[in-house]
Amino acid sequence: MKLRAFALALALAVATTLPASAVTFRFAFQGDLKSLDPYSLNETFTHGMLGNVYEGLTKRDKDLKIIPGLATSWEQVEPTRWRFHLRKGVKFQNGEDFTADDVVFSAERSFKPASDIKTRIQPAGTKAMKVDDYTVDFVLPSPNPILPYEWDTWYILSKKWAEANGSVEPQPQAGQQQSYAALHANGTGPFIITEHQAGVKTVFKPNPNWWGKPEHNFDEVIFTTISNDATRVAALLSGDVDYADPIPLQDVERVNASANAHVLQGPELRTIFLGFDQYRDELKYSNVKGKNPFKDVRVRKAFYLAIDENAIVDKVMRKAAVASALMISPLLFPLAKDFTRPATDPAEAKKLLTEAGYPNGFEVTMDCPNDRYVNDEAICQAVTAMLARVGIKINLLAQPKAKYFAKILVSGGYDTSFYLLGWTPGSFDSWNILANMYRCRDEKGAGGNNNVGNYCNPKVEELTKEVLVEADTAKRDKMIEEAYKIGQEQDWGYIPLHQQALAWGASKKMKIVQRADNQILFYWFRKE
Amino acid sequence: MSAQAPVPLADEPQRRSRLAAVLDSDIAYSFLHSKVTIAAAIVALVIIAAAMLAPLIAPHDPYDLRTLSLLDSHNPPAWLTGGDARYLLGTDDQGRDVFSTILYGSRQSILIGLMATLFAGCLGIALGLIAGYAGGSLDALIMRAADIQSTFPAILIAMLIDGTSRALFGEQRNDQTVFWVMVLAIGLSFWVQYARTVRGSTLVEKNKDYVLAARLIGIHPGLILFRHVLPNVVGPVLVIATINLALAIITEATLSFLGLGLPSTEPSLGTLIQIGQKYLFAGEWWIAIFPGITLAALVLAVNLLGDWLRDALNPRLR
Repeated sequence: MKLRAFALALALAVATTLPASAVTFRFAFQGDLKSLDPYSLNETFTHGMLGNVYEGLTKRDKDLKIIPGLATSWEQVEPTRWRFHLRKGVKFQNGEDFTADDVVFSAERSFKPASDIKTRIQPAGTKAMKVDDYTVDFVLPSPNPILPYEWDTWYILSKKWAEANGSVEPQPQAGQQQSYAALHANGTGPFIITEHQAGVKTVFKPNPNWWGKPEHNFDEVIFTTISNDATRVAALLSGDVDYADPIPLQDVERVNASANAHVLQGPELRTIFLGFDQYRDELKYSNVKGKNPFKDVRVRKAFYLAIDENAIVDKVMRKAAVASALMISPLLFPLAKDFTRPATDPAEAKKLLTEAGYPNGFEVTMDCPNDRYVNDEAICQAVTAMLARVGIKINLLAQPKAKYFAKILVSGGYDTSFYLLGWTPGSFDSWNILANMYRCRDEKGAGGNNNVGNYCNPKVEELTKEVLVEADTAKRDKMIEEAYKIGQEQDWGYIPLHQQALAWGASKKMKIVQRADNQILFYWFRKE
Repeated sequence: MSAQAPVPLADEPQRRSRLAAVLDSDIAYSFLHSKVTIAAAIVALVIIAAAMLAPLIAPHDPYDLRTLSLLDSHNPPAWLTGGDARYLLGTDDQGRDVFSTILYGSRQSILIGLMATLFAGCLGIALGLIAGYAGGSLDALIMRAADIQSTFPAILIAMLIDGTSRALFGEQRNDQTVFWVMVLAIGLSFWVQYARTVRGSTLVEKNKDYVLAARLIGIHPGLILFRHVLPNVVGPVLVIATINLALAIITEATLSFLGLGLPSTEPSLGTLIQIGQKYLFAGEWWIAIFPGITLAALVLAVNLLGDWLRDALNPRLR
């Protein structure tokens, strides 16, 4: 009896003291976290959010260096066989043990048709094989010296859990039916998702059984979507949220001038670019019938020359961006300085269009997200006006990212004629760009899975294969340079616009770790 | 030639007397003796005239993307430092002249408002007449439908119709379609008031002797409704229509503000306010404030006119 009374008193004491000391971290992002299935959408924000819950075999530290994750070490047994030693004693959040079976299962799941991360394990045809419960071998058809570079965002799912809940197949991005894995998460990481209302809010609680040592001091993390720029900034300034991303460029000064919040700015590795459908024989959304004007290199070059990127950087981006001649950030490619953007030349653009047989221009629909990148819709509107000057009439279709990605990516059947997209190479290496953006693909997305417009040149394709197996860095860089020269200066395959700057807004009470890949990994954050 | 000259001359006295009759009427009297109403009428007329003549008086054509220059974007009004004399009220984030955009935008707003009011009026009057005159189950059906609809806010109905049209035409709709979808959406959300008013008046009128007489001599019911009943019930409808016009313009602005209206390349007042509110905190107040003032002034003026009309036509208030 006495014991029971004591226990009751203790429980009461705990119950009354906890709320006072409980630290809740609230944050807002402009877009929503649509699916919790980590294979649905290959997108930085989604990877970052789920990276708080799930883990890959490798992780990346605060400086983007590769560190052990669910694998403690790995070695190349021979050029085409990699061995990964798994961490022992790790449990999934539902209590199951993490073993080699889960890795093999996750590898197979990443190759499934609905997966958006098909290129994580390269080259195609690589097999994961269980050696024992805590050792997995990857057998490659041809060597790949950078095999685990992108595995920090190839998250490991529990085989038993996925099978028991009908989630062996990934949730397709364009799917209407939400699978179990899209609504629930079961990772090994530092946080557990306790509540998820897609598009409204997601609640995270610390995982008490996590194998690592937590750096954060949160008892609860609440994520909400605030798509309106002004509302998001107001929420940060009023203290409703402790962190808001992104801070619209026009409001940076105002946030910095406030007493309780500031903006963390830094270069981002993402390249914002425009792409064309160069594959279909007739554009889906254009008034040109019977042919595809974007198959003509002169039309692509004309578009490139018509767009005044400097004006976009100055006015739309308020100088918080760097104009780019390449599809990769110069921070990630040492020979990038050899490339320069040609000067804007509407007269030359008009001439090229006339030569190509469009003296009066033509009409085409442009797909654009309006809640994904910094000022994305404003960039598209500016492009629309610039192209109007050379006679191109753009019908602008700006949509929230959930609808936008579902339309233009593989699961929507690459349903676009002209689009704006941003891309950060997950491996921080050019091979990712070549493989995803410049390699030919088929209609199901095999090959260059994110090559939305299907730019295709056999020579670049060949170079991409050589780059993957080349171990000599200088030689490899030369090959990459050649591929970029063909892809950009000869074929005008894409219109790279700029690398945007990160603009995270945080309360001054927060200690934030800002990584240049823009993933929001709050297990490093602290709130005083 | 000379043979035709007397014809207009013969008309003159009659026309003058008609004008005199109008000036002598109660309505004209109450109008000319209400300063507020006169001011409201002038404001409304100026805005509507400026909007309709936009292509003639606007210094720029904001819908012609070729003339926009990004380098001219975010300019403050001409009288402030950094202002450009070419852009009286400054420019927005794409380099559109705010003054010209207000003119073109009001034109869109007013046209949509007028068409929607006309549509709602025709629909409401027709249904009200039929319900009141036919009575019975048809009356019940129409009026219960009206009751159900009036439980939803008008903006919700408009959004519903707009959403349905997106499903039908796909997300990529051309400007013309959007215009008519807006007219339909706003029109359909406002018919109830007309139908109720007209039905009430029709119930009163249909038992009067002149209607009974018309029925006795065998005139077709449709003809009775439109030739005999309609002119006697149309008074209150005018009042509703004026006030509804203001509501319709507000609804259009709201839909555009929410991003459901006209495309961003052809901004209406609501779209412009929506663009501007993003920059309000950044100190670029002119993008949102000027269209906001225009919208407020227009709606207030039309509302005041409606108020006056209601008082002038109400025999009990005379």
